[in-house]
Amino acid sequence: MARLGYVQASPEACVPSSASSVPATTVTSRHSALVRATHWITTLCFLALLVTGVEIVISHPRFYWGETGNILTTPLFKVPIPSSRKLVPTGYGYVLPDQNGWSRYLHFQAAWVVVLTGLLYVISALFTGHMRKNLLPGKAHLSWRPFSAAIANHLRFKPPAEAEAWSYNVLQRLTYLFVIFVLFPLVIWTGLAMSPAFVSAFPATVTVLGGQQSARTIHFFVSLALLVFVVVHVVMVFLAGFWSRMRAMITGRTNAPLERT
Amino acid sequence: MTNLSRRKLIKTGLAATAGVTGLGVAARIAQKYGLIPPDHGGIYGLGETLTYASQRMLTRHSLAREFPQSQISKRPFANEIPPLSDAFKSLQAGGFADWRLSVNGMVDRPATFSLAQLKSYPSRSQITQLQCEEGWSYIAEWIGVPLSHVLSVVGIQPQARYVVYYSIDPEWWESIDMADALHPQTFLAYGMNGDELPVGNGGPLRMRLPRQLGYKSVKFITRLTVTDSLKGFGKGLGSASPEGGYAWYAGI
Repeated sequence: MARLGYVQASPEACVPSSASSVPATTVTSRHSALVRATHWITTLCFLALLVTGVEIVISHPRFYWGETGNILTTPLFKVPIPSSRKLVPTGYGYVLPDQNGWSRYLHFQAAWVVVLTGLLYVISALFTGHMRKNLLPGKAHLSWRPFSAAIANHLRFKPPAEAEAWSYNVLQRLTYLFVIFVLFPLVIWTGLAMSPAFVSAFPATVTVLGGQQSARTIHFFVSLALLVFVVVHVVMVFLAGFWSRMRAMITGRTNAPLERT
Repeated sequence: MTNLSRRKLIKTGLAATAGVTGLGVAARIAQKYGLIPPDHGGIYGLGETLTYASQRMLTRHSLAREFPQSQISKRPFANEIPPLSDAFKSLQAGGFADWRLSVNGMVDRPATFSLAQLKSYPSRSQITQLQCEEGWSYIAEWIGVPLSHVLSVVGIQPQARYVVYYSIDPEWWESIDMADALHPQTFLAYGMNGDELPVGNGGPLRMRLPRQLGYKSVKFITRLTVTDSLKGFGKGLGSASPEGGYAWYAGI
C-alpha cells in the first residue's frame, strides 16, 4: 500500500479520482486515450516532417536573411552537405538524386495532420483539465526549491521519483509548454510565411519576420530546436525506464512504482 | 443485449452514417466550387486537397506582395533550362519575329498571336518575387500582358474551368484554374527589369504567376488551351508536374 500512501501525499500528481479504490497490485491509469493517440500521431508526423525537411534542404543547403537569396547572393551560412541540384556550389563532386517531389507532398500532408492533431490536443487539454492538472506548473512548483531540485536531479542523471510515473515534474511541464506554445506555433508560422499564396492574403506573416528567406532560416532553426527536444525526450524516456514509460504511452497504464520496489 | 449497449450501437451507427453522409456532401460541395485539385488521388491527396481548398477559400482574390524598385535583385538568377531545341534556336536567330502563341479550346475565337500583337495590348508591370520550390528566390520587375486580357480577346466560354499552357517543348506543360488564370497578376511576361525578357529567364514569353512557386511560371510559352476538365491532358493529373512527382497546385 506504499503507493497509495504516496498518492495521497502528493496532491499535484495526476491520479484518477478512482485511484484510491484500486488495489495496489493492479496497474494505474496514466495517459488518456486522447493523449496517447495524439502523441503517436505527432511522433509519426514529426518523423515524416524531419525526413522530408532534410530532403528539401538538400536541394538548396544555403540559408539567407531578408527577402531573397540564391546562388548569386551571399548566404548567411551553408550547411556543409552535398546537394541534389548541380547548380548549387557545395564543394562535393557529385549531385544527390532529387527527392523533392514526394518530400514536398508528404511534408505538407504531415503538416496538416500534425496541426489538426495539435489543435485537437490543445482544445481537449483545456476542456478536460489536462492542461491545468498536468501541464501548467502547480502551486507546489511555483517556488525555487522544486525547480532547483529538478534541475539538480537532471544534472546528476538521477532516475525520476515514483511520483513522476504519474505526473510531469516542473522541468517537463515547462519544456512541454514551451514546445506546445512556442516552438510549434513558430514552426507553423514560419512555414506558412514561405507560402506565396498564403502570404498574398496575410502579408504580415512574412513581413514581420523580415522576409521570406528569413522565414526559411527561422523555420530551419526552430526545426532544429524541435529535433533537440525529441532527442532529449527520448533520452529521458530511457533514463526513466524505457518499458514502463513506453507502456504508459501505449496502453495508458503504468505500474512503474511496483517495478521499482 | 442490454439497453446500454443497444443505445451505444444506435449512437455509433447514427454517428457513422452522419460522418459518411457529411463527407459525401462535403466532397460534392468541394467539387462544385472547384476545391479539389486534379492530383487529389493517391496517398498525398488529403494534404493536397486541404491545401488547395483552404487557399482557394482564403486567397481567391488576394494579391501577391509587390516590392519597391530598390528591392529588385541586382543579379536575377536564371535557373538551369533544358537544352534549347533547334526549333527554338532558329526562332531566336530571327529575333523571335516568328514566335507564335496559339489559343484554343473552349474559346469563342481561337487565335494565334505574334509577340508584336501581344505587346500592342496594354502592358502591365509588377515587381514580385520568384520563389523556387528548392528554396531560393529573387525579385524582378515583370512586364507583360495580363493573361485575362488575352482570354478576353479570344472570349472564354462559360463552362471553362482551367487554362492549360505549353512550353515550346511540349513535355513541359502546366495548368491553372480560372481563379489564377483571371487573376490580375497572372501575366504572359515578355519583359524584365525594363528590358526584353532574357532567354535564361524564359524569354521571349513566359507565364508568370507570383502566387505560386516558380515551376508553375513555365518558360517559352507557345500554346494555351482553355478547358472544362483536365482529364484528357496527359495522365489527367493536371500537368507535367504531378507526373514527375510534384504537386499540381504550388501555392503551398
